[in-house]
Amino acid sequence: MNSLADQLLVLCLLINFAVLGTSRLAFSVRSVAVQGVLLGVLPALVHPFSWHLAFIVVSIILVKGGLIPVLIIRAIKKAEIEREFSPFIGYIPSLVLGALFTSLAFIFAAKLPLAPEHEGLLVVPAAAATLMSGFLVLMGRRKAISQVLGYLLMENGIFLFGLLLADAMPVMVEAGALLDLLVGIFVMGIVINHISREFSSIDTSRLSALREE
Amino acid sequence: MMWALVLLPLLGAALTWLVPDNRRRAWVLPVVSLAHLAITAALIAEAPAASPGGWILLDALGKLVLAGNSVLFTVCSLYAVGYLAYRLKRPNRVLCASLLVCLSATSLVAISHHLGLLWIALEATTLTMAPLIYFNHNARSIEATWKYLLICSVGIAIALLGLFFLAYSTIVARQEVTLLLPTLINNAAGLHPGWRHAAFIFLLVGFGSKMGLAPLHTWKPDAYGEAPGLVGALLAGGLVNCALLALLRVYQIAVASTEGALFQEVLLVMGLVSMAFAAVFMARQSDFKRMLAYSSVEHVGIITVALGLGHGALFAGLLHMINNSLTKGVLFLSCGNIHRAYNSKSTQFVRGAIRRTPWSGALFMAAFLAITGSPPFAPFVSEFLIVSSAFGQGNHVTGALFLLFLALIFIGMASTVLPVVLGEVPKDLERTRYRDAFPTVFPPLILMGIVLVLGVWIPEPLRVLLHDAAALLGGEA
Repeated sequence: MNSLADQLLVLCLLINFAVLGTSRLAFSVRSVAVQGVLLGVLPALVHPFSWHLAFIVVSIILVKGGLIPVLIIRAIKKAEIEREFSPFIGYIPSLVLGALFTSLAFIFAAKLPLAPEHEGLLVVPAAAATLMSGFLVLMGRRKAISQVLGYLLMENGIFLFGLLLADAMPVMVEAGALLDLLVGIFVMGIVINHISREFSSIDTSRLSALREE
Repeated sequence: MMWALVLLPLLGAALTWLVPDNRRRAWVLPVVSLAHLAITAALIAEAPAASPGGWILLDALGKLVLAGNSVLFTVCSLYAVGYLAYRLKRPNRVLCASLLVCLSATSLVAISHHLGLLWIALEATTLTMAPLIYFNHNARSIEATWKYLLICSVGIAIALLGLFFLAYSTIVARQEVTLLLPTLINNAAGLHPGWRHAAFIFLLVGFGSKMGLAPLHTWKPDAYGEAPGLVGALLAGGLVNCALLALLRVYQIAVASTEGALFQEVLLVMGLVSMAFAAVFMARQSDFKRMLAYSSVEHVGIITVALGLGHGALFAGLLHMINNSLTKGVLFLSCGNIHRAYNSKSTQFVRGAIRRTPWSGALFMAAFLAITGSPPFAPFVSEFLIVSSAFGQGNHVTGALFLLFLALIFIGMASTVLPVVLGEVPKDLERTRYRDAFPTVFPPLILMGIVLVLGVWIPEPLRVLLHDAAALLGGEA
C-alpha cells in the first residue's frame, strides 16, 4: 500500500465529516459521489494491473461517481428540496459523534486480528468509520434523500473493506453487487418522487400512519 | 436446464412489458409459471451435476425451497388472472413484470452455491418486491414501501459485510480465498475463529432482518398489511424461504465449524423471542392483514427454534418451512378476497365474511385452524414433531415456552379471525363489486387441499428429500 492510497483514504474520512456537517443536500450528494470515485481509484493503486481490475475500477467510478449521483440529483430537483431541516441529531452533535466513532474505529482496528500484510493500513479504520457515519446519517436525518445518502455511505464503508479481498470477489459478484446497488437507488429515487407527490414533502417523520397503537 | 429456471421468467417479464393490453397481459403469468413448475419437477427428479466452477448446484435444500416457491408462485399466478380482472383500471405492467423477475431471482437463490451470487439474487428479490408492495399507489402503501426498502436494504448490506468477514477469515487462516459453499464447509473448522464469529453474527442479523425475525421484523406488518393479498402470499411464503435458505447456508458452515453449538443457541433464543413478540402483538389486532404479518413472525420463529434444537427437529423444521409457505398462501389469498368484498381490512367493519364471501370465509377459517397447528392439517404434524423433539432432547424449558406461545397465539388470532368470519354482518355496509367467483377461489382451494393432504400423508419422494436436506444440516439422515 503506498502513501497516495493512504492520502485518498484520509480524504474518504474527511468526506464523511463533510456529509455529517452539512444541511445542503446537493453538496452531500456530490461529496458522496467524490467518495465513490475515490473508492473506484483505490483498487487500482493497491492491486497489480489486470483486466478484471480495470473493469471493476471503471464500473465503480461510472456507477458511484456518475449514475447514482445523477439519479439522486434528479430526485432532489423533482421534489424541489434543497436542505435538510431540523434533523433528529443536529449537525454539531453529528460531527462530535462522527469524530468519536472515527477515533473508536482506529482503536478498534488496531486490536483486530488482521492478516500480517494488512496490519497498520488505513483501510480497516476508514471502512469502519465510514460505515458508522453512514448509520449516523441514516438514523439522524428526516428527509428521505438524506437517508438514501446514509445508506450509500454505509455501502461505501463496506466496499472499502472489500479492498482487502479483491481476489476473493470474482468479477461477476462485484458487478452484480454494483448493479443491485444501482437498481436499489433507482427504485428509491422513484419512491421518493411518489412520497413528495403524496405528502407534498419528503419528510419521513410524516410517514406515521402505520404505527402500532 | 438449470439456467432455464432463471432465464424463462426473465423472458416472460420482457413479454409482459410488450403486451399492451391489461387483461391479456395477466395471462402471461400462469403460462410462464406452469412452464417453470414443469422444469422444476424435471430438475428435482434428476438434478444435473454442478456447473463448471461449482457456482450452480441444486442440492436437497435448494430443491425444497425451489419446489415450495414454484408451487406457490403457480397458484398465485392463477389467482393473479382473476384478481387483476377486478382491477383493470390500474395499470398492471409493472406488477406482472416484477412478479416474474422476482420468480427468476428466487430460483437463482435456490440454485446458487456461491455465497456472493446468493447474496446478489437475494438483494434482487428485495428490490423487485418494492414496486409490488406499492401496487395500490396510496399514502399508506408508500410508507410501507419506504420502510421495507430501507430496513431490508440496510439489513442485506450488513449481510454483505458478514460475507466479507467470512472471506477475510479465509485470508487470515491462509486458506484458498473463496466464497464457494462446499469449500467453506470443508474448511470451516480451520477458518480464523474471530472473523468467522463476527461473520456469523453479521449474517444472522442481515438475513434475519430479511426473514423478519424479532426484533428485526418492524417492516413486516406494514409491508404485509399494505401489499395486495397476492403479493403478501409471495412475501410470506416465498421470500421468507429464500432468506431462510441463505441462513441455512450459513448454518451449514456453522455446524461444520467448532461454533455450531453456540450458533444453535443464538437461533433458539431468537426463535423464541420472535414467537413471544408475535404472541404479544397478535392480541387485539384490529387489522386482519397486519395480524397475518405477526403470524409470519411467529412461524419464522418456529422454524428458527427447530434449527436451534438441531438433530431430529431439523426434519420437522424443514417440513414446517413448506407447510408454512403453503398455508400462508391460503391465508393471504382468501384474506385478499375478503378485503375486496368489504373494501376494508379493519375488524370493525369486516364481520360475517362467511355470509358475504362463503368460500373465502371458509378458506380463511380453515387456514387459520391450520396455521395455529390444529389437526388434521400439515402444520400440526411439523409443530408436533418440533415439540416432541424439544422434550425428547430434555430441553423442557424450550418445549414448555413453545407450547405456551402457541396457545397464546391461538387465542390472540382466534379473537380476530372468529368475528371476521362468523360475526354478524354490520348493517349499512358499503356496496362492493367483489363476490366469490371461481378464478379467485380455486387457487387457494388447491393450496388448502395440499395442506390437508400433507397433514395426513407425506409422499415418499418428499420424505426422502426432507431427510436428505436435514442430513445436509447435520441432522440424522
